[in-house]
Amino acid sequence: MAAPMLCWWCFGRRWVLACIDGGSRHGRGAAIGFTSSRKRGQTSVAQQPLITSQKSRKGEHEWAAVVGLEIHAQISSNSKLFSGSRVHFAAPPNSLVSFFDASLPGTLPVLNRRCVEAAVMTGLALNCHINKKSLFDRKHYFYADLPAGYQITQQRLPIAVNGSLAYSVCVGKKPSRVITKTVRIKQIQLEQDSGKSLHDELRSQTLIDLNRAGVGLLEVVLEPDMSCGEEAATAVRELQLILQALGTSRANMAEGQLRVDANVSVHHPGEPLGVRTEVKNLNSAKFLAKAIDSEIERQIHELENGREILNETRSFDYKLGCTMPMRDKEGKQDYRFMPEPNLPPLLLYDTESLPSGTDPQQVINIDWIRERLPELPSETRERLIQQYGMLPEQSFALLNEVGLLEFFQNVIKETRAEPKKVTSWVLNIFLGFLKQQNLAVNESPVTPSSLAELLNLLDRKAISSTAAKQVFEELWRSEGKTPSQIVSEKQLELMQDQEALEQACHTVMEGHPQVVMDVKRGNPRAINKLIGLVRKATLSRADPTAIKEILERKLSP
Amino acid sequence: MLGRTLREVSAALKQGQITPTELCQKCLSLIKKTKFLNAYITVSEEVALKQAEESEKRYKKGRSLGDLDGIPIAVKDNFSTSGIETTCASNMLKGYVPPFNATVVQKLLDQGAVLMGKTNLDEFAMGSGSTDGAFGPVKNPWSYSKQYREKRKQKPHGENEDSDWLITGGSSGGSAAAVAAFTCFAALGSDTGGSTRNPAAHCGVVGFKPSYGLVSRHGLIPLVNSMDVPGILTRRVDDAAIVLGMLAGHDPKDSTTIQDPVKPFTLSTLTDVSKLCIGIPKEYLAPELSGEVRSFWSKAANLFESEGAKVIEVSLPHTSYSIVCYHVLCTSEVASNMARFDGLEYGHRCDITVSTEAMYAATRREGFNDVVRGRILAGNFFLLKENYENYFIKAQKVRRLIANDFVKVFNSGVDVLLTPTTLRGAAPYLEFIKEDNRTRSAQDDIFTQAVNMAGLPAVSVPVALSNQGLPIGLQFIGRAFCDQQLLKIAKWFEKQVQFPVTQLQELMDDGSSISEIDKLASVSLKH
Repeated sequence: MAAPMLCWWCFGRRWVLACIDGGSRHGRGAAIGFTSSRKRGQTSVAQQPLITSQKSRKGEHEWAAVVGLEIHAQISSNSKLFSGSRVHFAAPPNSLVSFFDASLPGTLPVLNRRCVEAAVMTGLALNCHINKKSLFDRKHYFYADLPAGYQITQQRLPIAVNGSLAYSVCVGKKPSRVITKTVRIKQIQLEQDSGKSLHDELRSQTLIDLNRAGVGLLEVVLEPDMSCGEEAATAVRELQLILQALGTSRANMAEGQLRVDANVSVHHPGEPLGVRTEVKNLNSAKFLAKAIDSEIERQIHELENGREILNETRSFDYKLGCTMPMRDKEGKQDYRFMPEPNLPPLLLYDTESLPSGTDPQQVINIDWIRERLPELPSETRERLIQQYGMLPEQSFALLNEVGLLEFFQNVIKETRAEPKKVTSWVLNIFLGFLKQQNLAVNESPVTPSSLAELLNLLDRKAISSTAAKQVFEELWRSEGKTPSQIVSEKQLELMQDQEALEQACHTVMEGHPQVVMDVKRGNPRAINKLIGLVRKATLSRADPTAIKEILERKLSP
Repeated sequence: MLGRTLREVSAALKQGQITPTELCQKCLSLIKKTKFLNAYITVSEEVALKQAEESEKRYKKGRSLGDLDGIPIAVKDNFSTSGIETTCASNMLKGYVPPFNATVVQKLLDQGAVLMGKTNLDEFAMGSGSTDGAFGPVKNPWSYSKQYREKRKQKPHGENEDSDWLITGGSSGGSAAAVAAFTCFAALGSDTGGSTRNPAAHCGVVGFKPSYGLVSRHGLIPLVNSMDVPGILTRRVDDAAIVLGMLAGHDPKDSTTIQDPVKPFTLSTLTDVSKLCIGIPKEYLAPELSGEVRSFWSKAANLFESEGAKVIEVSLPHTSYSIVCYHVLCTSEVASNMARFDGLEYGHRCDITVSTEAMYAATRREGFNDVVRGRILAGNFFLLKENYENYFIKAQKVRRLIANDFVKVFNSGVDVLLTPTTLRGAAPYLEFIKEDNRTRSAQDDIFTQAVNMAGLPAVSVPVALSNQGLPIGLQFIGRAFCDQQLLKIAKWFEKQVQFPVTQLQELMDDGSSISEIDKLASVSLKH
């Protein structure tokens, strides 16, 4: 299933960012991008990475980067994976902790049906094979926010395997080319989240909040099919949209519902893969690509200087713009995996294998879930292109902002304006205003209805497009007023009085004989000046097309 | 009254011969008198009296909750009891008061049972003597019985007579002693490798291990999750069946319990055993088996045969691998289950605050005894990536073979297996502690432990007294989830052997009055 996601930054621009962080006196300006290659010892100009990286000098090796991802998505469910505690972000510390979550001895895990359904849905949406039998394992390590001393996960036999995720990258400036790429999905496993440790350095103590302990997670393992931070970030964004469309995770990175670890290595094409490092806790969309690119850069730099890459865990320091070894993850961990004895194998059915007479409440039918999958982002985009004649990048933009598609569809419902017009207004003007003020769609002061009404006025030529923009600004400022009210208050309606318009044109011509002369001498731009002057005289209430018509008639010999 | 069986005392309560409060007070006073047995870690006197009072009100209104209403019971101290300290006989959990009841405890309380207290055990149920707990060893009531004392008199013995006391077996030794000493009418034990059946055999009571999955483990502090089963200790098979009827069934809090509902049942009396096929596993004829036990075993087989049952020798070829296999699986799960005891959320915490790791290490060193620490160490070794295939996976495969041995035998038409429960009668404490815990467990569990690997029901029934005047038990092993049939056969057998009641008049060393127990015991003999 193609689920492309457009990468909006063009690669060169992105590189500029990475270069500022990773820049050094060695003049490393390696291109980490679609080509994911650079030449040894190259002292390229950062702003032109594509060009320089493609110029391969004889005897010089190119570098290729390999990026794999482990993504943890918190399942959107009322209660935790194995206990009845509620799941809620930002609740008072330790207010959502059951006896099981606190690992009181004698408590046992009871699997949450909703979490299993979420895993199956996600697996199906990502083209996975759903295992009809999956198993739970214990992964042991001592940490203060892991009360049981082990995490229940699915190491041996996860619920879903062998899927794929398609995402799209946009190459070049306008007109841009959309390239669809695919990353294989190794597996999706159900597992428990840990609690949170809050380190109070001042009093040298650690505070533990177990609200998050035991919340259901989907761990999605993406094979190392990506070659730069950009691709990784785009794949993650597409996954995020899919999870949100399915409702299986809110996937909000800022709230920690989507967390990404990246496995990064570099090698020379044609040679075996290099030693990989794991970059942990890439928990911001903003720094995801940057962190991966800076790690790629670091590895190339280390290798070029004759040093080795250690198989280690690193974290991204967003202040320094580079990755650092994680001190508390030093030393090799042996997780001593063991089957979870308190949970029988998780059995799923399809319509064919469903035993007759079973209580539907007691079993999960994969086919039943498959039939009820909602429209996925790739399908939505395809539909938008077909139905409204959108450009691919417009369909991407519409899905990229939370709530924007719904806003658009509500406007479409209530307006007679052309879909292309609506698309343009929503993506350019409406989204522009939102971005400028850093607002989310649901925080917008302009409702879909009022935008629809405004576009109706525009559509029936009651106002000019300049006036429409003015009305929009008004709408943004003064909630509660309708576009029509604003139009009449500000007298923005187009002049329908032909005689008055003729008079206005006449007055302007009289007042600017020099410009009239210019027109007559054949200066093609002079007429625009006259049109502008008439518009100004009519307070922008006249239709420029109508003005032009009158002027041309009056000026014609 | 205290010497009666649960069924009898239940009838007495219903008929108003005694009130729940009177019964509770009698038990409490006997618990105090037998304090030296160390059967109880916590005596929940106040709670018990309150529960008895409520039961009494129900009886007065004619609204008794059933057979268990007003019946004094005891619970092994590894079952969580809301508001009552639950220690697992470990320093790690001293002072830990669970905020919830184990499902089995809740079910007993819901039936009106009166909780007398929490019984002693080996630390975290790791042991076969009830000698390795933080609260000291449990003494076998039979050490003070007329039957045993009389035999002892015939032999010369040491100056300090009290040093001759016997162990109860374990790890549910406190529960077995509590039932054997008449301080309650039923007790909960736990059984992972024989921990209910072994002390039952040594204390002359019935010890029943239900099928794995028939009774909820929720609230039972685990030893080995895949083998643990709540056990039932009573003085009669019938009583065990009554308690099982109350406990069995699906528990939404334990995903390993059976889905089908189980209805309370009354154990019918078997009159004809001629259609039964009794299997005698030849591998259980161990060289260490004492002659006496061996002879009781064959007598029992003869008894069935003489009553028309088919008695055949069967083979469980993988039996000899059971103990070593159990060692790997048990220690691995122990290593995992014990990981939660880190001093953070509950239980013991050391004073060291240098670092979290140092705090964990010191807490666990202080909180666990050597046996627990040794098993954690071994288990973690077996679970290491490099060892996992060679030990854990292999042990799991052997476990499957052992379970298949039983399946094959039962598929061949055998109804129950008849085996010894223990090698011999209870050992004196001083003799018992000569060997280390691991060696003892390996020896003592040989007849009981394979059953846990296979998840089968098994019951130890007291048969007779040895030459030393000590109880000997035999074990019946049934098909999975055929617990009722197993108990029916055990009940028939129990009736045939007429095991004598403990005569505990010497239990009261002050000799101030004619022992009430003596009176009661003789009364109960008539029943």
